[in-house]
Amino acid sequence: MADEAAPAPELPLRRELLFLTVLVIATCGLVYELIVGTLASYLLGDSVTQFSTVIGVYLFSMGVGAWLSRFVERGLAQRFVEVELAVAFAGGVTAPLLFVSFNAGPFFRVVLYGSVLVVGALVGLEIPLLLRILKDQVRFKDLVAHVLTFDYVGALAASLLFPLVLVPKLGLVRTSLLFGLINGAVGLWSTWLLEPLLPSPGRLRLKAAGVLLLLFMGLAAADRITDYAEEGMYADEVVHASSSPYQRIVLTRGKRGFSLFLNGNLQFAAVDEYRYHEALVHPAMARAARHAHVLVLGGGDGLAVRELLRWQGVETVTLVDLDPAMTKLATEYEELAALNGHSLSDRRVRVVNADALQFLAEGDARYDVVVVDFPDPNNFSLGKLYTTRFYGLLKSRMAPDGVAVIQSTSPLMARQSFWCVEATVAAAGFWTAPYHALVPSFGEWGYVLAAPSPREVVHALPPGLRFLDAQVLSSLSDFPPDMARLPSEVNRLNNQVLVRTYEEEWRRWN
Amino acid sequence: MAALELMRRRELIHAFLGAAAWSACQKGGGAERPQVPGALVDRAFEWGHALRGAAPLPRAQALEPVDVVVVGAGAAGLSAAWRLAGAGVRSLRVLEVDEGPGGTARSGRNAVSAFPWGAHYLPAPTREGGPVMRLLSGMGLVTGVDDAGRPRFAEQALVREPDERLFYRGTWYDGLYLRAGASGEDLRQLQRFEQAMDALSKARDGQGRKAFDVPLERGSDDAEWTALDRLSMEEWLHQEGYTSPRLRWLVDYACRDDFGADAAAVSAYAGIWYFAARHGEGTGSDGYLTWPEGNGRLVAELQRALGPGQLATRALVHAVEPVDGGVAVHAVEAGTERPAGYLARRVVLAVPRFVAARVYVPWRQAPPAFLPAFQYTPWAVANLTVSEHPGGRGVPLAWDNVLYESKSMGYVVATHQRERMVDGGPTVLTWYYPLSAPDVKAERERLLSSGYADWEALVMADLSAAHRDIGRTAERLEVMRWGHAMVRPRPGFLFGPERRAAAVPAGAVHFAHSDLGGLALFEEACHHGVRAAEEVLAGLGGRPQETWL
Repeated sequence: MADEAAPAPELPLRRELLFLTVLVIATCGLVYELIVGTLASYLLGDSVTQFSTVIGVYLFSMGVGAWLSRFVERGLAQRFVEVELAVAFAGGVTAPLLFVSFNAGPFFRVVLYGSVLVVGALVGLEIPLLLRILKDQVRFKDLVAHVLTFDYVGALAASLLFPLVLVPKLGLVRTSLLFGLINGAVGLWSTWLLEPLLPSPGRLRLKAAGVLLLLFMGLAAADRITDYAEEGMYADEVVHASSSPYQRIVLTRGKRGFSLFLNGNLQFAAVDEYRYHEALVHPAMARAARHAHVLVLGGGDGLAVRELLRWQGVETVTLVDLDPAMTKLATEYEELAALNGHSLSDRRVRVVNADALQFLAEGDARYDVVVVDFPDPNNFSLGKLYTTRFYGLLKSRMAPDGVAVIQSTSPLMARQSFWCVEATVAAAGFWTAPYHALVPSFGEWGYVLAAPSPREVVHALPPGLRFLDAQVLSSLSDFPPDMARLPSEVNRLNNQVLVRTYEEEWRRWN
Repeated sequence: MAALELMRRRELIHAFLGAAAWSACQKGGGAERPQVPGALVDRAFEWGHALRGAAPLPRAQALEPVDVVVVGAGAAGLSAAWRLAGAGVRSLRVLEVDEGPGGTARSGRNAVSAFPWGAHYLPAPTREGGPVMRLLSGMGLVTGVDDAGRPRFAEQALVREPDERLFYRGTWYDGLYLRAGASGEDLRQLQRFEQAMDALSKARDGQGRKAFDVPLERGSDDAEWTALDRLSMEEWLHQEGYTSPRLRWLVDYACRDDFGADAAAVSAYAGIWYFAARHGEGTGSDGYLTWPEGNGRLVAELQRALGPGQLATRALVHAVEPVDGGVAVHAVEAGTERPAGYLARRVVLAVPRFVAARVYVPWRQAPPAFLPAFQYTPWAVANLTVSEHPGGRGVPLAWDNVLYESKSMGYVVATHQRERMVDGGPTVLTWYYPLSAPDVKAERERLLSSGYADWEALVMADLSAAHRDIGRTAERLEVMRWGHAMVRPRPGFLFGPERRAAAVPAGAVHFAHSDLGGLALFEEACHHGVRAAEEVLAGLGGRPQETWL
């Protein structure tokens, strides 16, 4: 304490400007905290939990920093500038670091709370240090009043700027880097403000320049970081997000309810998924001779199974979905399970996490009804599931009087692709019946019924449907001229024409 | 790494792969990375070289009498045995020096996948008839015949898309012709070449024979076409005004792919045959038939015809000698030199000419005149097990992945045909390198003077040009050096007198091998194996057989 016990030298410090740095520091500090909180909600879902824990840890860390400040005894001004540069750097890289680490590995939460701890502790160090620097320059009551005023004003500025300007205009990554830059610039500026107290301001300025340069480079690369992070992809609040070895699963909640995205592609929106799933399941069930044993390929969200279970006479439903993360989410995540009517927990339902191609090729049980609900054929791996080979295997696993239904992309937006699926199913030796339904979230959507021999409607629809009735059912197979049949090549493993056609057609709409 | 060793490595990579590979190798820190564990796995030619040894090999006292001995269990020998078994010949021995059957269609297997050690695909036949179609039908791969009378094949055995991609300056492109950056003149020449090949694929002579057919034997021998055999493919391209470097690259690649030799060292007839006989028949071809183990699948199917105990591996046949009552066949077990002897009524020598000339005793004193005409290309084949599918910018991983700027043939992916929804995870990459310069003897010395460390450096340098982090995913590398992998159809060879002379039986000894067809291809091996077997059947007497040819 020798340093502080000595009479303070009368230095020409520009106090008012130093108070201004408090304002900036406070704004930056709160912005970092808001970034982490938003990012945590965005990436992990459940915003209440994420914001509470982030704010809690952040405030606690500030306390840790304040406590640590008592161990700083010499060169207060020098330390103050160094801490400020450290905050600038740590805070500036927060958002890019979190995005990158989320995509990179399982230690995301460690990185998340680690960075909250570091930034919080450094911010917590700043104010006590500044108070001590100024304590002999300003009367204590004025000092406390000024510093805390600017601190809280800064907090208000941050909390208003963040949602209204920063996130919509800049996005999280740029905001983070920009505030790091501002923070670093203030650090650099304070080497002049505190010059009389600094033993070697030149070296500090060099450090500041280094920090600014790094953050500036980060800002220049922000677009690429953002692309990597898929930031801004979802319009609604993300309530669940996870990455499995197979795909990225994101569940959002907005005004119209839940939506599920796999690798960024919409799988369903709660508001109109009933249209999609009723149209997917019931036409096939209405035509199949029996419903005892049903196979669902894909459809790990459990919504198709919900529709299947409306039918009397269903003894077993085997759901084959590659990704255990998806079926687990559909079984255990309460909101989603409620939407699918807890269908995957039904005693008649068996969930098999396996490769659908392998499942068909290696088993021999036959099914009365098969629902094929794969993502659209937008790559060669998925393209394999739309080939004559696949449909040949499918046929070998169906009862002679069974019926299969295949989700077949949009006959309006990808007309050639839709008719390619139909031609391929027919080339595999099936009788086919194409039809379509309007699902506003997707657009006009197409399906192909496939059966070893022609099938008529032989069962009445189950009660409780919102979209289909007997009259609608019979109208689904009318195709207006802009969706009418086009002659098409057959999709085979050794030509994969569908993937190329699909890509060309959808490119026109994006 | 010592400076001297580094210099040697640099020269090696320069000499085998070219300058691009060396610079890529250095950028990727390739010169200093840890060596990928592995080994050379070629053993058979070491054993085969015992034939050249000064000391005579031991002979068995008692000879086991059998109807037919087939020497060599490559595609030709097994095709002969398959034909003989099909005719009901039970007293049959097939002797193979290597550890397993298959010859250059051999295959291996590890925890990740089966993989080829050589020949790895068969162009889908474009019409019915012949032994290859018989074999494929027996495998259940022929699903029907289309309206034009062309056979259709089971989709899962045909190479699945994406089938080919080409790496050039950091990006993978679709197909094997480098379209990116091609000039108008390049594309005009390509179109002219494609039209010319299409016309040649449809050309027929006065007797209705195709100008270029599979096997060669079935095609026309009119001078109009056979005159092409006197030119090299390079000379023909020059003569026809094909100057586009991209087109010449494609043709050169084709020649090295099927014949292991540069366009300058290959007969124009053979070069055209590649495009016109199997590949170019309009929309007729169904593509390629392939399996994880390559043509090892065909070998296994042929082998199914054999009864228990009929195939002996590690059996080095060192003397085949006409004696009273038949032909004596003397063999020793490779490694132990334990002798075995057979007295056969007929023998099929299903080995290349240079081996036949060493084991057929009358030829040891008086080498046959045709011998020098048969020259063979050496190849190196490496199987690299990786923990992750290699990717790259541009077109996704294909079956056949070729590097435009390298002298290697690139690599094929063993798990490409796997029936899984998801592509990815560990796989085996089979890397091919023909030693394609005109002087085959010098090339063979170049092959055999390089050890595991050299080939490891070459494979990794070559692959890291396209996959900078391949060293990180590489788990094990095995390298097979084939001293005589392919007969070389040099100008004048296919329609010269030697090839025909070499196929003429010597008494009760009959000859089979792809080299008698002039092209080292499964179809030729199968044809000549069946042809030799049918000669044997005629010689043995008995009920006349309908030909499978």
